[in-house]
Amino acid sequence: MRGVRLLWPLLAILIAFAVGGLLTWAFGHDPFSAYGALISGSLGSGYAISTTLTDALPLMITGLAVALSFQSGLFNIGASGQYWLGAIVAVWLGYSLKLPTPLHLLVCLLAGALAGALWAALIPGLAKAFRGANEVITTLMMTYVATYLGHYLIEGGPMQAPGYTPQSPHLLPSAILPNLVSGTQLSVGIFLAPLLAALTWFLLSRTRLGFSLRISGYNPRAARYAGVRPVVAILAALGLSGALAGLAGAVQMMGVDHRLFDSFGTSYGYTGIVVALLARNNPFGVLLAALLFGVLSSGANAMQINAGVPFHLVDVIQGVIIFFVAAEGLMRYLRLRSGGNS
Amino acid sequence: MNVLANSELWASTLALAIPIAYAALGGVMSERAGVVNVALEGMMATGAFAAVAVSAWSGNAWLGVLAALLCGALLSMLFAWATVYLRADHIVTGLAINILATGATGFLFNALYGPLGTPSNTPSLPRWVLPGIDQIPFLGKIVGHHEALVYLFFALLIALAWIFRRTATGLRWRAVGENPKAADAAGVPVLRVKFWAVVSAGAVAALGGASLSIGSLNSFSPHMVAGRGFIALAAVIFGAWAPLGAFLASLLFGFATALAFQLQSVSNIAKNLLLMLPYLVTVLALAGLVGRTSPPAADGQPYDPGR
Repeated sequence: MRGVRLLWPLLAILIAFAVGGLLTWAFGHDPFSAYGALISGSLGSGYAISTTLTDALPLMITGLAVALSFQSGLFNIGASGQYWLGAIVAVWLGYSLKLPTPLHLLVCLLAGALAGALWAALIPGLAKAFRGANEVITTLMMTYVATYLGHYLIEGGPMQAPGYTPQSPHLLPSAILPNLVSGTQLSVGIFLAPLLAALTWFLLSRTRLGFSLRISGYNPRAARYAGVRPVVAILAALGLSGALAGLAGAVQMMGVDHRLFDSFGTSYGYTGIVVALLARNNPFGVLLAALLFGVLSSGANAMQINAGVPFHLVDVIQGVIIFFVAAEGLMRYLRLRSGGNS
Repeated sequence: MNVLANSELWASTLALAIPIAYAALGGVMSERAGVVNVALEGMMATGAFAAVAVSAWSGNAWLGVLAALLCGALLSMLFAWATVYLRADHIVTGLAINILATGATGFLFNALYGPLGTPSNTPSLPRWVLPGIDQIPFLGKIVGHHEALVYLFFALLIALAWIFRRTATGLRWRAVGENPKAADAAGVPVLRVKFWAVVSAGAVAALGGASLSIGSLNSFSPHMVAGRGFIALAAVIFGAWAPLGAFLASLLFGFATALAFQLQSVSNIAKNLLLMLPYLVTVLALAGLVGRTSPPAADGQPYDPGR
């Protein structure tokens, strides 16, 4: 069974690339040169690899955020909203506070995490815990609220930098994560990813809190018998998940963007879901899955420029991967059809 | 308060509610058969895109509507196959369908139209005028002239309510969502009923997308659905899983959107803060009401005939 569990996601990836290839071919492009451009654009040089890692980092952390909530039986599909809250707060403290470097970095990162945690736990969390409101809907709604909040703050709101461009002031140098490879955008933030994955794993599988979260996700009734209070489990799961997503936003601002500008979108949350599901919510698997999507993301532009294939092909590939991961029952179904026993 | 006395506010409440209401009706159709439908957002995106693409290509907006119906049904077949026959998790599969639909429409939009976007001469649906009714003061201005899909919605609403309450099909439909085991024992082909319920739900939700893209406007953009599928899901819950209830709840969310637009022109509250309104109303509606309505008993549970 364990072999199947690992095989199936790999098969899903293969099927997705095949579907993407067919689609490319149907629109009159050569799928091999498209994928060639994708690979060389993402892994073909030191610069390309740095870009891939840079693109993978926010996906790694949001993927961990989503995986943590899924393991707790909650669908936090609004990681994007928590990401932007973390980004907003980190940028605000990053240009307005005057602190020595290491302290300033720490304050911005922690405040970003806290902002994401509150965005997830305060409204969707409390609404779920006390009113049973479906978190699938509320977390996504709060994502739209967060993106409009971001727009407001830099389009005539209190965070707009002097001038007419919709952007915030630049971060102070003390709040910028040091660059790791000069000439690229890769920052030392990349080291946070394995650290956070290890922490998430430790929390979920080695602590009492993690046990309560997982048992609530697996079997809420058993959780109640085991003395887990559902309200606490819900708030903790959404809060921790939101904290990770918020941290992702903070790291992205402090390592790459260095200011808020009009790039608010909802895509990180969705890709985070794909990453978590592909990794079967395993924190270390999340790192690998995010790396794959980092490759797709950084290679997509090269593919568009060199092979003329719209980079949205990557979104199709994502969609197919995730559909097949979700339709895991297909495996069982095919085996029954062919007469085998499982 | 003279904003509320403006008939334009109420007319646009109705117009903005209809895309959500179609999706919500699809949600009711699916959840009454026991399948939680998070994929409404993807169905709407597919419908919106198919409607514009075929309308632009054929020069006939009604063919666009037909295309939306078909594409919605096709995508829904994928969703229904995975959830009903493969017993995949409804929410996870629904999210997958959304990601797939967003990706596919974005890809096709770029491959077919490039940076210029959909052609500006794409035909949009006709606006119908209800003769006589449009002459009634105030009310006539609100309900008297709208695009065709607004009026067709009411025909669909009545038909569906009738099917649910008065026909054998409706009884089987509700039975598989309430107690599939009993339905099975009574000889209802549970899986087939569920499958077609979900497929028709997708077609209806796609009409909501079509009304968004070639109803009031005549263009498509990749993120135009903007969470309406999830607002529709909230409308299903808020409307207690009933067709009429889902429509009334959609009106509430349409009102929030219309109010946000109206206030932009008469108040000096920042545009971006006003645009949060429909999303906040959705959260408040869910937090304020849930627990007082309950879903069909077997909603969200895959049915395995062998057990």
